Amino acid sequence: MSLVNFTSREITCKIVYYGPGRSGKTTNLHYVYGRVPETRRGRMVSLATQTDRTLFFDFLPIDLGEISGFSTRFQLYTVPGQVYYNATRRLVLQGADGVVFVGDSQARQLDENIESLQNLQSNLLEHGVDVRTMPLVMQYNKQDLPAELILTPADLDDALNFRSVPSFAADALHGRGVFETLKGISELVLKKLATGSPAA
Amino acid sequence: MTTALNPRFTFETFVVGAANRLAVTAGRTVAENPGSAYNPLFIYSGSGLGKTHVLMAVGHAAKAIAAQLNIEYLTLDEYVEAFHAAIAAGQGDAFRRRFQNVDVLLVDDVQFLTHRKEMQAELLRLTEALQQSGHQIVLASDRPPAEIADLDERLISRFSGGLVVDMGIPDYETRVAILRRKAEERGSSFQPGVLETVAKVEYPNVRELMGALNRLIAFQAVNDTPINAEAASKVLGIPTTASPTAASPTAASPPAASPDEFSQFLSDVTVTVGKAVEAWRARVAEAVLRWEGEGYRTGRLEKLLDQETPAAVDDAIAAYVQDVERLKALEAEVAVLDAQAAGGKVFRDPDKMEEAEAAAAKVREGAAPPPAPSGAFPFESYVAGPSNEVALSAARDVIAKPGRKYNPLVIVGRSGLGKTHLLNAIGLELAKKKNAVVACLSTQQFVDELIAAIDGNRVDWWRARYRRATALLLDDIQLLAGKERTQEELFNLFNQLVDADRQLIFTAPAHPNTLEGLEERIVSRLEGGLVAEIADPDKDLRRNVLERLLTHQRIPVEPALLDYLADRPIDSVRSLTGIVQRVVEAAAAQDAPVTAGLAREVLEGAAPPRRTAGLRTSGIVVSSAGGVRSREKMVWDWPAASDRVIEDLR
Repeated sequence: MSLVNFTSREITCKIVYYGPGRSGKTTNLHYVYGRVPETRRGRMVSLATQTDRTLFFDFLPIDLGEISGFSTRFQLYTVPGQVYYNATRRLVLQGADGVVFVGDSQARQLDENIESLQNLQSNLLEHGVDVRTMPLVMQYNKQDLPAELILTPADLDDALNFRSVPSFAADALHGRGVFETLKGISELVLKKLATGSPAA
Repeated sequence: MTTALNPRFTFETFVVGAANRLAVTAGRTVAENPGSAYNPLFIYSGSGLGKTHVLMAVGHAAKAIAAQLNIEYLTLDEYVEAFHAAIAAGQGDAFRRRFQNVDVLLVDDVQFLTHRKEMQAELLRLTEALQQSGHQIVLASDRPPAEIADLDERLISRFSGGLVVDMGIPDYETRVAILRRKAEERGSSFQPGVLETVAKVEYPNVRELMGALNRLIAFQAVNDTPINAEAASKVLGIPTTASPTAASPTAASPPAASPDEFSQFLSDVTVTVGKAVEAWRARVAEAVLRWEGEGYRTGRLEKLLDQETPAAVDDAIAAYVQDVERLKALEAEVAVLDAQAAGGKVFRDPDKMEEAEAAAAKVREGAAPPPAPSGAFPFESYVAGPSNEVALSAARDVIAKPGRKYNPLVIVGRSGLGKTHLLNAIGLELAKKKNAVVACLSTQQFVDELIAAIDGNRVDWWRARYRRATALLLDDIQLLAGKERTQEELFNLFNQLVDADRQLIFTAPAHPNTLEGLEERIVSRLEGGLVAEIADPDKDLRRNVLERLLTHQRIPVEPALLDYLADRPIDSVRSLTGIVQRVVEAAAAQDAPVTAGLAREVLEGAAPPRRTAGLRTSGIVVSSAGGVRSREKMVWDWPAASDRVIEDLR
């Protein structure tokens, strides 16, 4: 997928929300969906189970309109978090321009976070992508939970964010940090476009 | 107590439209004729439509016309306050006197008279007093007098007695004009369409319109990128077709955060994209800097920068680099051939590749060796005899030690004695030497080449071409006569070649110092070498030549024929060749062997049948009276064309 097409003057950013199951990836997308004017967003595709677990993936296209002469589109994807859907995750990850790692701030979920992060790394590698070259931001979700249940963003940074990528504390259910995260990843993705040579 | 007039509120800064033209006209009239035109003037309009502006403008205008006028502007509240203060201080009369002396009284926000009976009475009294003394009073309110609740009937009639004008909401055009004026006042400029977009919104008053403008100015200042119409709509929250937050499918409760998160996000992304997209400019600029530094013209790349969003910037840069590489290759190639031609501007402009290629081709062409001696004149075929032995011996010496024995060698002799043959023969021998570059050509060709080089602006390569020569052989040097530039060039070339021990050989019809039109410095240099003369062919030489000619034609050489022909009165080898040719042709025509008898018959005997007209003759017209008796003086049979041309006449 081309990030910037100078010929057709299009910018398309595929952003994948990655993370362990139940960390709030779909919630992020729903919040964004709710804030985007109807004219700007496409239909949100969500394949979920009866218990609202993402079965396949969520997809939310956003049309940002003409920016600097470029028709700009964001495509937000989530992957299913559960371990056994790895094939789907790999598929969704294909051609991603940026990844948001949505971590679960709950202390008891730390191992799942680490496992998912490793899974992200290996899946990217399968696509021949070095995780170090992929624009990545961390979101520590569920910071609204009681303090005794969760780790602070600083703790999570220590545990997960060893590459010191931008990290955001969030409460996706109520929207705190959602757009900050999206903005963070957008900046990384778009900055990469400034350094890397754009695909034709 | 009273408010000073705001200096910015003048008629000049007030944008007049259909909705407020009447009020402005009335205001101007009042300012020009205070107390006499409309008194009182009552202006009403909704809030923020310019009442205060017009009121103050009247004050400014009146002051401008008559500076001595006592002009007071105050709001009704200020008036009330001042009145109360005066009453409290027991100076009610002083208060009244003070306002009765005002020439132009401007009272704003008169609507606040509602429920203020004593103030209404006071104002009524003041109005009467001012009117009587011919002083102007201008009032402004947000509604017409009749609609001010609980207003004294007498005041209503008093106010209405003058002129009551309203000011409406400015129409679209006026709004655009206002926005333009205000943006200009603030030193801001917007992309086309932005202000129009804003003006499309029917703000209830100008104040809100100004607020919108202020937001745009602020937004644009922060973002450092010109705002466009669409972004302006977003910044101002000008409603689009759908409400942004409507119909959320989630159960998420409305966030405490700003509802305009998306717009905020959008503007952030806009800035980022703007910077990212601009990155190509950085790449182009970098390329420009680099190649400019190396001395290449970068017009093509600079043109890219002029474009808004050119397609395939990297391809363009790559193509440019490719062209530059080609230029480098060309220049390197040229540098080997001609150091002077390399470094030319033509190899520095990738936009003119064709010219560079052409220039390189030119140099390549120029690098072709100078004209070589003709292979038609081998040294072996040069017939020796006493008359040319000096020249021939000199030639041998020159061949053995080129550039060191006789330099220059000048072969002189009349036409047809074999100078050209000897010259070329020497050239051929010299060319056999290792790394030899022998330039052997006629002086005429030499001159023509120089002229062409001057014409083509490539004298440098022309010079370079001859400077490379290890020997320069010029035939018929007398043709330099009058060719000043060629003499100049030859002079320089001569010196350079002689200094480098390169052989120079010239031919001339006569001794150089007898040649006309040659510069002294050339002549002296020619004389400075060896001038070897070829004399008219002696008998031995003739015999040798004849023998060679006849053998060449496979004709048995009879001593009688040889003697006869050798004794013919000829002055050059060329004539000898002509005679042999005639005899041989005649023999062939008669199918007879070539003998002395036949030769005599051909050359002296009965004239062959007269030629019919149309055939070539010598061109000499012989009168029938017989001015020319000798048949030998007549050319009856011209040799075949191929045999005739031994040397081009120049």
